[in-house]
Amino acid sequence: MADLSTNFLGIKSPNPFWLASAPPTDKQYNVERAFAAGWGGVVWKTLGEAGPPVVNVNGPRYGAIHGADRRLLGLNNIELITDRDLEVNLREMTETKKNWPNRVIIASLMVPCEEGAWKAILKRVEETGCDGVELNFGCPHGMSERGMGSAVGQVPEYIEMVARWCKENTDLPVIVKLTPNITDIRKPAEAAKRGGADAVSLINTINSITAIDLDNFAPEPTIDGKGSHGGYCGPAVKPIALSMVSEIARNPATHGLPISGIGGITTWRDAAEFIALGCGTVQVCTAAMTYGFHIVQEMIAGLSNYMDEKGYASIEDFRGAAVPNVTDWQYLNLNYVTKARIDQDLCIKCGRCHIACEDTSHQAITHLVDGVRHFEVIDEECVGCNLCVNVCPVENCITMEQIAGIDPRTGKPADADYANWTTHPNNPAAPKEAAE
Amino acid sequence: MSAEQNSGTISAGRLSPEELRENFCDLHPALSVHEAAVEADRCYFCYDAPCVNACPTGIDIPLFIRQIAADNPNGAAKTIFDANIFGAMCARVCPTETLCEEVCVRQVAEDKPVRIGMLQRSATDHFMETVSEHPFERAAETGKRIAVVGAGPAGLSCAHRLAMHGHRVTVFEARPKPGGLNEYGIAAYKATDDIAQAEVQWLLGIGGITIETGKALGRDIHLKSLAADYDAVFLGMGLAGVNALTAEGADSAGSSDAVGWIADLRQTTDLSEVPVGDRVVVIGGGMTAIDAAVQAKNLGAGEVTIAYRRGKDAMSASDYEQEVAATRGVHLRYNLQPKRIHADNGDVTGITFERTASDGNSRLSATGEEVTLEADQIFKAIGQNFVPDSVSAEGAALDLDGGRIVVDDERRTSMNMVWAGGDCIAGGEDLTVVAVEDGKIAAESIHAALGA
Repeated sequence: MADLSTNFLGIKSPNPFWLASAPPTDKQYNVERAFAAGWGGVVWKTLGEAGPPVVNVNGPRYGAIHGADRRLLGLNNIELITDRDLEVNLREMTETKKNWPNRVIIASLMVPCEEGAWKAILKRVEETGCDGVELNFGCPHGMSERGMGSAVGQVPEYIEMVARWCKENTDLPVIVKLTPNITDIRKPAEAAKRGGADAVSLINTINSITAIDLDNFAPEPTIDGKGSHGGYCGPAVKPIALSMVSEIARNPATHGLPISGIGGITTWRDAAEFIALGCGTVQVCTAAMTYGFHIVQEMIAGLSNYMDEKGYASIEDFRGAAVPNVTDWQYLNLNYVTKARIDQDLCIKCGRCHIACEDTSHQAITHLVDGVRHFEVIDEECVGCNLCVNVCPVENCITMEQIAGIDPRTGKPADADYANWTTHPNNPAAPKEAAE
Repeated sequence: MSAEQNSGTISAGRLSPEELRENFCDLHPALSVHEAAVEADRCYFCYDAPCVNACPTGIDIPLFIRQIAADNPNGAAKTIFDANIFGAMCARVCPTETLCEEVCVRQVAEDKPVRIGMLQRSATDHFMETVSEHPFERAAETGKRIAVVGAGPAGLSCAHRLAMHGHRVTVFEARPKPGGLNEYGIAAYKATDDIAQAEVQWLLGIGGITIETGKALGRDIHLKSLAADYDAVFLGMGLAGVNALTAEGADSAGSSDAVGWIADLRQTTDLSEVPVGDRVVVIGGGMTAIDAAVQAKNLGAGEVTIAYRRGKDAMSASDYEQEVAATRGVHLRYNLQPKRIHADNGDVTGITFERTASDGNSRLSATGEEVTLEADQIFKAIGQNFVPDSVSAEGAALDLDGGRIVVDDERRTSMNMVWAGGDCIAGGEDLTVVAVEDGKIAAESIHAALGA
């Protein structure tokens, strides 16, 4: 059976599944239930500095987007960092680590942008026996208004400065958690690395308003008639997270920097995808908040089965395997030609492929053939865009297949050698043959 | 109540009021809001959707289902009413399993169609419960007057569409109440809460329609004079006659027509007063046979048998209807052709059938083998026929085919400015939804003719 254990920055975990810093990791009670359920580690909900703790709203803290049958697709929250006393959290972390020595506890931290504040909190968390710290430069709501969270994460110079303070003031591994609410995710990652951070974790939540209540014209969740943007997470954000992780993984300046992947991870497959993009561990929140801690068993079994099937003995065997295949558009092979193929035995004749193609794409799928309802691809028109595959309700009914020979749409050979935009004659920047 | 008291007689009150209430409650309770949302989400919003093509009234089914999914049930209902003003009743009585749901791509793919009928009902019910205004606006008065004969689905559908176009409509109905077969011909458990009358009253909300009940064509009103007095006439009086059974002893007491019994049952206010036999045999293979048999069972008949002269596949009642009957405890027997009804002192005691066989061309032949069933009540549900006397009096002769009125694509009869639709026309399918479409098409044709 595959070995799911991980060694991330020297922190050993029985499996790559950690709970992200969030409501599920706010208390010893929850965390011990998570460990009992099988989670390899937790990032304890973010601690603030000593003194009176922050307060949360007492109205709704979450909003959601639902799919069919109220399947939760996206969650938004406006909860702040822990609103429990620092001393209580520290004591519970210490006890929990004692009770579960082979599980990981990372302390998530968010204090004002002053070296003294970071130095003070680091000393305290070291005493708990925790395995590392994660600097919360991500939360986009509430704390950012006070110059913390994403207010730091959006300024690479601050990230570098605070990371450096932390590295200078503790021997614990330092992970910098990044906000996605920024134009180029590579910049804060580079800054974290410059500051000496051992790893980055991403993504934190995305600025969002889940809905507008059309009766009282207020954002949801609504607190006494008003709403504020929250942080969006859950399955809906996974594609954004994968892209950002890939940018850091393939950026020469940060390539090899350890990453803990976060963003909509719900099943083993999601986790495996993040690992394939180089993540050493993954962090989960929304899936646990939707279904409870027991879901980790599906993740453990699914990842293990996948690895056995593929012959991967350890996570390291496939970690980062997808990174070399993430490239820029300009390097994609323009001579790779595919056409949609509809399996007539599987087709249920709903016509969605036809109307999607007819109304919004390339008029490349029939509706009637000899007066009979029949859906077939017209190769002369098909650009291989994949929209029909995506809208077809039957799995594997429509597939994209590479063709050889002449592309009937362009009249050009489809099986020529690899050629991309950088050398394409239509590209004004492509090198030209010397004139005359 | 002991079995002895029940047997051998046709009597009322076989079951307690509670049992009757339970047996005659809604066949399919309405979907809850969440159920409707989940079901609506199953619809693929097909292009050129097979369900729409299968609906005789051409309701834009994917659109109304999408409106339900998008939390706009009243908008969904309006989409339905645009094509079918009897959307509420059709949601209950349409044989969706042989129309829209039979061709639903999910039926093809997984034997589980989107429950279109139930979704239609959830939308139309919601509309009727929450919206007080009539959903259509009447055009300016045209001054044209149209006579409609028959206040059933065909006649009222026609009347509504004509009224919408600003014409003034008088509907003549032979029975005491409007509604036609919706009121008199549908099993009670399919039309609970007086839905047929509620729907008619709601439909009249368009304005411009007057209904005169107790006016039968050929008796109180006459086609020739209607044609003379009105700008146009629409005939939608259905089938007044019932086919005669040629078996010996068919006139015995305890042997009666199912349609009359179903109508009486619908009109009763107290089901415990409706008499039913203990051993009931229903002869026929259509919806009327099913409705009579199931309701006989629901009233407490001990043993109910449907005897049909052809095989299962030839039955005009759908597989689904047959299944409903079977699960209610009705025996369905096939290839039995009635030969003799036995009577003792004029009261039915049993019936002898002759077994039939169908050849490859579905021609029926008697095998000579006889089967006798004990019975104290026999219902004939072997079809209805059009009584042409009403339209052939006073020299006002309409072309007939197979005993029913001949019409063209626009539902024009052979008589100038006379249209017809519903069960009384040749080629009629004896379905509410088809009658509604006939009325709608005729109304548009009349409107066009009057405008010309």
